[in-house]
Amino acid sequence: MLKNIQINNEMSESKDTQGELWEVFLQTKKGLPFKHAGSVHAYDKEMAIQNARDLYTRRGEGRGMWVVPANAIVAVDPSDDSSFFDPADDKVYRHPTFYELPEGIKNM
Amino acid sequence: MELLDLSRFCMRLGDSCLIMAHRQSEMCSKGPFLEEDIAQTNLGLDLLGQAEALLIYAAELEGKGRTADDLVYKRPERGFYNFMLAEQPNTDFAFAVVRQYIMTLYLSRVYETLAKVDDETLSGIAAKAVKEIAYHQRHLGMWIKRLGEGTEESHERIQTAINELWMFVGELYEEDELDFKIQEVGYAISGDEMKAYLMANISSHLTEATLSVPKSVYMTTGSKKGIHTEYLGYILAEMQYLQRAYPDAKW
Repeated sequence: MLKNIQINNEMSESKDTQGELWEVFLQTKKGLPFKHAGSVHAYDKEMAIQNARDLYTRRGEGRGMWVVPANAIVAVDPSDDSSFFDPADDKVYRHPTFYELPEGIKNM
Repeated sequence: MELLDLSRFCMRLGDSCLIMAHRQSEMCSKGPFLEEDIAQTNLGLDLLGQAEALLIYAAELEGKGRTADDLVYKRPERGFYNFMLAEQPNTDFAFAVVRQYIMTLYLSRVYETLAKVDDETLSGIAAKAVKEIAYHQRHLGMWIKRLGEGTEESHERIQTAINELWMFVGELYEEDELDFKIQEVGYAISGDEMKAYLMANISSHLTEATLSVPKSVYMTTGSKKGIHTEYLGYILAEMQYLQRAYPDAKW
């Protein structure tokens, strides 16, 4: 049901010399959540963070950055989509959308 | 110190940045893999930005109505004052890394000093460049270590590049009349200080990367008088072609 991202396993089996795949997450402002920005190739942590910096932060996109080995990310198999997500479809009351937000609340 | 002296000082520094930027631009699309290709090109872009700022200021201080573009496109080879190290070719990836690594160490010290001077234009340019150069140091230092401690071949190639480029390091701490005037007002450190700084850092980085510092004592000289190696002419031929063929051409 759960499996590591397929692409990385394929990468390491091939004769690719660009290194492993890493996923890059950026935080646009301190305190905000990190968002997925893309991926990079690198041989280790140090090179991964430098390559990610060169690809994703040269235009002021972020103030914080995480780089994670793609094979450390556990993803839902697309064929299991329905059992994972569909049961929530008819339960809108699980969202706190029935409250009025006070003015001045940001980033909700 | 007169304005013309400061202009010449900015021109020397700007020329080294400009010529290195050109060398880095030559690596565009030829990197060992996509991410490094972009990283190397980015180093070039940073240097081009520094060159532009310095040459605009050099032209302004000179007060002869020349622009930064005039300086870049209309001076002959003997009118360029970049260090010979800056113009050395990308023989292989190791040569490019070593050239940039040594020049970056030099620049970091130069900008650190300039960031504190009372000339607001210059201290502004330097304060911005300090941050860019700190990243260059980090990235290039990583490659020195990685290639030095990598495979037998990578170790041999980076050591070869260090040995071959070593004769150009002496220029970085050489002094002439202009340097003394600049040092007098505190815009630059002395040649002895620069030499001590470079040697201490290079020696500790190379030792850590299992590489050795060359022992040869011969150091070449001449770029402060506009004398260069055979390579600068080819760079300028490419860089200045359009302006030479169609003077003052506009888009």
